[in-house]
Amino acid sequence: LVFTEEDKYGLYSNLLFKYFLAEGIVCGHDLFVASAKEHPDNILKELPAPLLDDTYGKELGDEAAAVKSEDFQDSMKIAWRYQNLPKMEASPTTYTKFGHYYDVSKKMSPELCQSVKWHSFYLHEELSLEPKMKTCNMNSGYARLLQFIQRIISQEGFDGSDPQKKQRNVLRIGIQSLGSILWGDDVCCSDTPEDPHSLTKFLYVLRGLLRKSLSACIITVPAHLIQNKAIMERVTNLSDMVVGLESFIGSERETNPLYKDYHGLVHVRQIPRLNSLICDVSDTKDLAFRLKRKLFTIERLHLPPDLSDTVSRASKQDLAGSAKLLSSGCGAMAIGKKHLDF
Amino acid sequence: QGKFTLLRDTRTDGSFLVHHFLSFYLRAGCKVCFVALLQSFSHYSIVAQKLGVSLAAAKERGQLVFLEGLNSCLDLLFGEEEQPGQPSPLQFLSGSSSELRAFFDFVRVSLAPADGDSWKGPVLLVDDLSVLLSLGAAPVAVLDFIHYCRVSVCCQLKGNVVVLVHSNEDAEDEENELVVNSLCHHSDLILWAEGLATGFCKDVHGQIKIIKRLSLRQAEPDLVQIYQYKIQERNVSFFARGLSAAVL
Repeated sequence: LVFTEEDKYGLYSNLLFKYFLAEGIVCGHDLFVASAKEHPDNILKELPAPLLDDTYGKELGDEAAAVKSEDFQDSMKIAWRYQNLPKMEASPTTYTKFGHYYDVSKKMSPELCQSVKWHSFYLHEELSLEPKMKTCNMNSGYARLLQFIQRIISQEGFDGSDPQKKQRNVLRIGIQSLGSILWGDDVCCSDTPEDPHSLTKFLYVLRGLLRKSLSACIITVPAHLIQNKAIMERVTNLSDMVVGLESFIGSERETNPLYKDYHGLVHVRQIPRLNSLICDVSDTKDLAFRLKRKLFTIERLHLPPDLSDTVSRASKQDLAGSAKLLSSGCGAMAIGKKHLDF
Repeated sequence: QGKFTLLRDTRTDGSFLVHHFLSFYLRAGCKVCFVALLQSFSHYSIVAQKLGVSLAAAKERGQLVFLEGLNSCLDLLFGEEEQPGQPSPLQFLSGSSSELRAFFDFVRVSLAPADGDSWKGPVLLVDDLSVLLSLGAAPVAVLDFIHYCRVSVCCQLKGNVVVLVHSNEDAEDEENELVVNSLCHHSDLILWAEGLATGFCKDVHGQIKIIKRLSLRQAEPDLVQIYQYKIQERNVSFFARGLSAAVL
């Protein structure tokens, strides 16, 4: 269960969301898209086109460690997801060929989109139907979505209930902007929401459904709107992987010369620890992303060399501040580059 | 015998302690009731295998009673109407009452000594209690549940109870902190796993604080020991602070 905290304007998290779905299409997985914001048909029309060309890798050339961390490849017959953690190699020739590359400037062709079976759930269309399951005091939008997902899983045999089905496929579920007011949940609007347990109950049941079937799910949530920290903490505990995207648009970091190459930061708050005592913790946790004309990349955060006193002082405080916020997993992060004090 | 152990983690994952206790008690020949709320059976099974214990075999011979929370929840929501004689342990989810009575009954019944049982003391293991709060149980209900479990398992059956909770003061989760603080006061032993204060380190995954309550009657201070640990594939190694293998 991949939980993505949206950036302020939702631009980049949407991109990540689309990558996930596009990867599903290219891998031949079935898709399930749910949204209360825009109709899933529209979402599917805007998926990036896959780059089937290997030479593209060479174009990235001497840039340091451009990696693909948004390729969520499922392992064979198990219900959990293994995240391909970014491999920080210096030389571009050692790319892990895991998943596919996408060209953001082009849209995926409709034939490719149609090649997989996909299901959609647009909240406003489904409101008329009555939920047949016990809602357990959950928000009705969530309850309907769960019922829908459960129905798809059992009907299409993703939970192994149909022994006749020879080829088992994976279901990729994408849920957009969960928790926003459009779903009827006021957890994003106030500090003390009316029903603080709806979102967490939803996630728990979803987790159960995912564990029981061959599916993987990405959820994007406008976390910057959720003021109740307790809920965020609980939600983090209920998810396998939590990634936060912080874009620089509109913040003072946009003009900060340190971050001029990047469009935002990636905060990996939690990594899945499934089927083993430990998880594969990468060397560094300073990650930043940038959106070039064709490619969306996530890289290790490289600070330009210090050329003046003031720059280094401001950045040190900044990074120290952000390092405190990024305490997760194994404690706070170490800063990528050391500043020499003179 | 009759001890209540609290596993606590802050900003890190303390589930390695749960795996340890599970395999420890199974190897010791105790009857274990494992309430797994957060992960599936296969997850624990695979890790237990790495630690040298087979959960499936233990289940078959009746040594292990495994409650898979995720599964029960799905059965409750999407399954057919339950039989009147067998309420689901997670019944509080359906919202009628926020009491965990059915949950406690399940625990009590699973650990009740049966004829022909040759197991040494019963053990209740819970992973993890904070999830109950996320699912809508009131903190007082959770504390009541634990209290009943302690009376039943620790006092009446002379068994042990081990419970995992998450705690994080920054998160301002008052309900959770209430439960955690209350449990701390009642515990005989607290194992507190935290990330290092100095930051992320590859070789030392965190530190663990062991707080042992020596005596409830006399005003003796608790015994506190601090070690650091590193988690490996099949093992966790503990060492004194600053003496990790990478440093020596």
